[in-house]
Amino acid sequence: MTRRRGSKGDGKGLSRRDFLGSVGASTVGAALTVAAPPLTAAEPAPQQEGLTPVALRINGRAERVLVEPRWTLLDVLRERLGLTGTKDGCERGECGACTVLIDGTARYACLVLAVEAEGREITTVEGLMNGEALGPVQAAFVEADGFQCGFCTPGQVMAAEGLLRKQPHPSLEEIREGMSGNLCRCGSYRHIFEAVRRAAEARG
Amino acid sequence: MLPTFTYVRPKTVAEALEQGAAEGAALHAGGTDLLGCLRDRVFQAGKIVSLSGLSELRGIAATREGGLRIGALTTLAEIAEHATIQERYPALAQGAASAASPQLRSQGTLGGNLCQRPRCWYFRGDFHCLRKGGGRCYAVAGQNQFHCILGGMGCYIVHPSDTAPALIALGAQVRIVSRGSSRLLALESFFVPPAQTVRRENVLRPGELVSEVRLPPAPAGMRSRYRKVRARGSWDFALAGVAVAAVLAEGKVQQVRVVLSGVAPIPWRATEAEAALVGKPLDADAIGRAAAASVAGAQPLSHNGYKIHLVRGIVAETLEALV
Repeated sequence: MTRRRGSKGDGKGLSRRDFLGSVGASTVGAALTVAAPPLTAAEPAPQQEGLTPVALRINGRAERVLVEPRWTLLDVLRERLGLTGTKDGCERGECGACTVLIDGTARYACLVLAVEAEGREITTVEGLMNGEALGPVQAAFVEADGFQCGFCTPGQVMAAEGLLRKQPHPSLEEIREGMSGNLCRCGSYRHIFEAVRRAAEARG
Repeated sequence: MLPTFTYVRPKTVAEALEQGAAEGAALHAGGTDLLGCLRDRVFQAGKIVSLSGLSELRGIAATREGGLRIGALTTLAEIAEHATIQERYPALAQGAASAASPQLRSQGTLGGNLCQRPRCWYFRGDFHCLRKGGGRCYAVAGQNQFHCILGGMGCYIVHPSDTAPALIALGAQVRIVSRGSSRLLALESFFVPPAQTVRRENVLRPGELVSEVRLPPAPAGMRSRYRKVRARGSWDFALAGVAVAAVLAEGKVQQVRVVLSGVAPIPWRATEAEAALVGKPLDADAIGRAAAASVAGAQPLSHNGYKIHLVRGIVAETLEALV
């Protein structure tokens, strides 16, 4: 529920002037200065005493990691464990690029604190591989051309995996709804839906 | 990266209340709204009190009276997919299903959905607005196409919840617990309009939490629906929405509640629309009068007058669909 409406247009487009409304031009700078949220105390470098050990189970492997409570699962996957298949898009649950499975359900890794993922079964896009071969959902995205630039694809693949685990034979409408939490800036949605349909067939 | 905070995960509600009462503490249920607010520096929290260890706050169960008890940590996905809710309280299932995206519904909780902060882009952005302790509402003279047409006073947010209007239409109560006390409150009385205060959206004080929602038994002949209109087909907050619950008998409306979302700082009971329906057959005439009355007292801002027409339209369509 984190969609922020700052980027939404109303058909006429948002201008900075309208957005600031009657704040006079001469006061804009001042208003923004006042408006700037109070900075939290300068963020200290991670210290050993601020770190908490967390036991995670990722793609079937047990991992013990020292984390700061504020680190998200996304931070830990990418920065601590080198699992960079999970993409860092908006960092506020608005794009879906960081989708992983937690206990088999699609979730946004950017909105899950690593300390909250303790003891959960986490699956990332790396975990869908069959050895060196692509898993069925990954292969379906290749076959159906389910991407252009590819940045959102790991998240799309994980959302599809989560959908098919819950609904192995979704209708097109169920696919559209099930994939609605993942944005594609290239607009490859038709091919993405086709990839999910093919993946459902391949999974049987 | 999020600002720094300490983190505790209490094992008991009593411990969570104790920890949550501390200065600068914030409760973490699903975390989807909280982490977004912290990342955007909407407010600060020096300590996060996670509720995820409190399994007694999860789950859906029948009550002795024949209603339902829904634990505050029950996810929106669980509510949307629950067979009894779909059958007896469809407006609630529809409200939960229409919120956010599949990923967020699997994490976001009912308690969190009721307690989430507003989505006003000035409140969420770098504006020291009235609700953040500043001196003015930037929406009044700014971009206000998503702001309220009813109930605004100084601050013009809309309440973002899709489950709250459905629950109010269905007559739900919330249980609020604090150290040494527990009380049930009509959900309708849980929300606080700007006329009362602009600094919070509900009655909860530090050291209190919502532990459960209770639905009364669904009367025989009750029908309910929630209709939500978004600027796109999915994954968005409501431009406007309406929850209707009505008991029909002998061809006439015996009881009805009409509750609007997306148009007021609190879930908005359209009492004049309800009055236009009670005792009448649910026909085109009554529906037309109710739709017209649903926006009684509306005072649109410069860019949101369309919501008046939108609300009238969806109230009429939702009532027609009830027949």
